[in-house]
Amino acid sequence: MIFEGILWDVVDPQTVVASPDAKSGYSSPNAYLNKSGGKCAKFVANPINHSFVFVLALVAGAALSALLRGGVSREQRIMRKIWRVNFYDAPWKRYLVAFVSDFIVLYGARLAGGCTLGHMMSDMMQTAISGYIFSAGAILAGIPHRNPAFPSGGLVLCPRSLSQS
Amino acid sequence: MSKIFVAILIGCVFGFVRSRVGATNPKYIQGLLRLSRLHLMKTILLVIGVSSTLMFAGLMTGVLDAGHLGVKTAHAGVLLGGIMLVVGFAASGYRGGTGRATAATSRKGVWFFVLGGLAAAVAFMPSYTWVASTGILSEWFGDKVTLGAIAGINYPALLTGIPGAWIGIGVGLVLIAIAVALPNALRGHATVNSDGPADGRLA
Repeated sequence: MIFEGILWDVVDPQTVVASPDAKSGYSSPNAYLNKSGGKCAKFVANPINHSFVFVLALVAGAALSALLRGGVSREQRIMRKIWRVNFYDAPWKRYLVAFVSDFIVLYGARLAGGCTLGHMMSDMMQTAISGYIFSAGAILAGIPHRNPAFPSGGLVLCPRSLSQS
Repeated sequence: MSKIFVAILIGCVFGFVRSRVGATNPKYIQGLLRLSRLHLMKTILLVIGVSSTLMFAGLMTGVLDAGHLGVKTAHAGVLLGGIMLVVGFAASGYRGGTGRATAATSRKGVWFFVLGGLAAAVAFMPSYTWVASTGILSEWFGDKVTLGAIAGINYPALLTGIPGAWIGIGVGLVLIAIAVALPNALRGHATVNSDGPADGRLA
């Protein structure tokens, strides 16, 4: 969200402006960036902050782990076996599904005000009701995956050839 | 500057550990949803349980400051968002934040996953006003509610009469017990063949 705000601000410098009246010292004509006293607007104006740096460091940490492990095989990097079975070596289908999937994931995360890390781990740890409600939604959505009609565990995947071991 | 240094350190460690436990591997994520590989679920429950227990013990003994706590407001969007996250996980095999970590492991598909996320963020910002007008973001039970009242902060509590710290420790211990008791799988693994029908029934 901070990254998008930064890009938007580059295109339109009025996206985030300094505002002494705002609690955070910054405001935006966009309602989302301006909520909570301009909290998100402040992050966009000052991207070197704990939240943004944390995400970048998270990626770096995972990269280091992958590097130390010798990386991922070339075949797996392009398309996993289960996707090959379903999409017959058509990577564009896999990439389209991946794009739409994260659209759904991120839009859902914005609606919820957080993802599994923020709600399940952080909020449940603090016994916040929002964490339990989020988990209930996640469990509800997971029910089809336990149904024999979806043996692969994927809503999109209706494998033509998948067997139980 | 020290906050940034802490963010770098914790972020790196977090991403590294997430990769090591398999949270960046789509195979394990889909196994989690199918209940055929539960080690991630056991790990998550254990982490939440231990953290909760230690945190509330720290609050009771005064080692930790309740001012550092920060919870979110509960509303219909939280429930819907949880549903949407799992739908997306299931379809792609990648999770949100972990998907970004997976990007570092060079799986090509995950970069399209990341682009989809960027598109969603771009779509959400202008649509926020409309989303809020539907009432889906109206708070449930009050603003930022916890199970029990936590001393030192003014969050409203759902349960009264029992100190929030004891509830937190109790819930933490229950989650630890569940994490230990859960088996590694509740159904068999799915393997990919070239022929044959799919059969996801319990063995």
